[in-house]
Amino acid sequence: MIRRTSPWAWVWLLLGVIYFFVPLYATIQFSLQAKKGVLSLTAYQNVLSSPAFFSSFAFSFQTALITILVSALLIVPTSYWVNLKLPRLRPAIEFLTLLPIVVPAVVLVFALIRTYNRTALTDSRSGTYVLLIGAYVMLSFPYMYRAVDTGLRSINARTLTEAAQSLGASWITVLFRVIFPNVYISLLSGAFITFAIVMGEFTIASLLSQPAFGPYMNQLSSSKVYEPSALAIISFGLTWAAIGLLEVIGRRLPGRVQLVGGR
Amino acid sequence: MAQSVRAETNGLPPVARPAPRLPLTWLGVVPFFLFVAAFLFYPAFSIVLQTFLDPARNFTLQNLSDLNQPIIISSYIYTIELSAVTALIGGLLGFLLAYAITIGALPAWLRSSVLTFSGVASNFAGIPLAFAFIATLGQLGLVTQALRSLGIALYPNFSLYSFWGLAITYVYFQIPLMVLVMTPALDSLRTEWREAAQNLGASSAEYWRYVALPVLLPSILGTMALLFGNAFGAHATAFALTGGGAQGNVVTILIGAQLSSDALSNPGLGNALAFGMIVIMTITIGLYSFMRRIAERWQSS
Repeated sequence: MIRRTSPWAWVWLLLGVIYFFVPLYATIQFSLQAKKGVLSLTAYQNVLSSPAFFSSFAFSFQTALITILVSALLIVPTSYWVNLKLPRLRPAIEFLTLLPIVVPAVVLVFALIRTYNRTALTDSRSGTYVLLIGAYVMLSFPYMYRAVDTGLRSINARTLTEAAQSLGASWITVLFRVIFPNVYISLLSGAFITFAIVMGEFTIASLLSQPAFGPYMNQLSSSKVYEPSALAIISFGLTWAAIGLLEVIGRRLPGRVQLVGGR
Repeated sequence: MAQSVRAETNGLPPVARPAPRLPLTWLGVVPFFLFVAAFLFYPAFSIVLQTFLDPARNFTLQNLSDLNQPIIISSYIYTIELSAVTALIGGLLGFLLAYAITIGALPAWLRSSVLTFSGVASNFAGIPLAFAFIATLGQLGLVTQALRSLGIALYPNFSLYSFWGLAITYVYFQIPLMVLVMTPALDSLRTEWREAAQNLGASSAEYWRYVALPVLLPSILGTMALLFGNAFGAHATAFALTGGGAQGNVVTILIGAQLSSDALSNPGLGNALAFGMIVIMTITIGLYSFMRRIAERWQSS
């Protein structure tokens, strides 16, 4: 049955468009006003030519990649194993991977710092970096697990495993040459959302005193007027790129992943 | 995890294996559980535990009763009000948008645009979001200035750094979340139900009152609980807007301030604050999953 579009639908859409696009428009407009009287890209030039921008961006980029790697190495084998051998554990794993939503980032980092206070994890640069990665991997679990679990359920892991094993493959071969390539696309969708979250994350990075992109953005706002708007646009573009790629990949996916980021 | 199974089994002394089929499969999930224990369970557990311990490690309720001071009580109330208001507004507007792209039958390309944009906007939070609203509704913001040229002075009656300023900013990540969660729920409303109601002579209002809303209510309430938790745990957005002072602020900032400056100069109190948040979040998410389970009865087929 084809229904006509309700006029109210257009009203609500218009309302949404106004609320969501006015701030974006204002930010773009604001970011172009660094030179008095004319529209210019000066704010963007200032941001992009600052070494602090690049070092913090590179830091967060690297952190995001490590987070994704660690998360994938934990999630894929675990959910594969659970799917194959321990289906009873599935609700427990699902619950654990959703816990980071119950424990807000600020509480998580508070607990980590308090608990590991005066140990190697808080006394050294590399120690706090381990805490940072650990916290980010926890944040990535809800997305990574759901993405990988949906992927695994759709490929019939058991048959693939038995086929590979009957051809003489070891567990490691099965995992890295059969399972990983088959959940690659699902994994990517979890990875993009993780990337978007880590790149903009402020709370954990700042409380762990890490030279990340989020704290850098915040710091800039205390000394600059127009540059923060330029940064906001750059950051928004970054999120768009990550989610846009996710959407493109998502069309090839059996199930969709819920998207919620760090606040 | 396959590697560790091998490593662990090889490490065991051979005498410890009486039968060829010792149940060792659980070893495969050990790395994951260890990780969760180290980076979530143990720290969270130790915070809860320490809430009930004094510096000499004796049981105490002092930390909890220390929460009973004006600055903290008002901070909790402020945060709960902020979360409730943004969950309600975000929930309502998000529902209407989800309605527009599902039952409202907007063209398919608009539907997918709204969903994609919601995916982006629900992640566009924290520091950049605060910047965007400063550029919009701050003292020098575009909308503020546009209204001023029309003779409407937003400031000093309104401030982006006040309750309503925070609320209007939070709604930016609340609406998209509502859209993302409610769209599948609205999709699951079957046209047969509407046709059946119409055949029985129900008006559109009656259909909504007696069929659609009762079916959707668990989803709506559950998602609003999720939105509440979403706002309650938010830290970066509020921090960027308010500058992170401990005075008259959201609970998350109070906790953050405990770490960076020990603003309340009492470590036990920080634990109690975090404990309070965990309790509220647990109730909220519990409510969400309870409502979800009810909602799934209608969405399963």
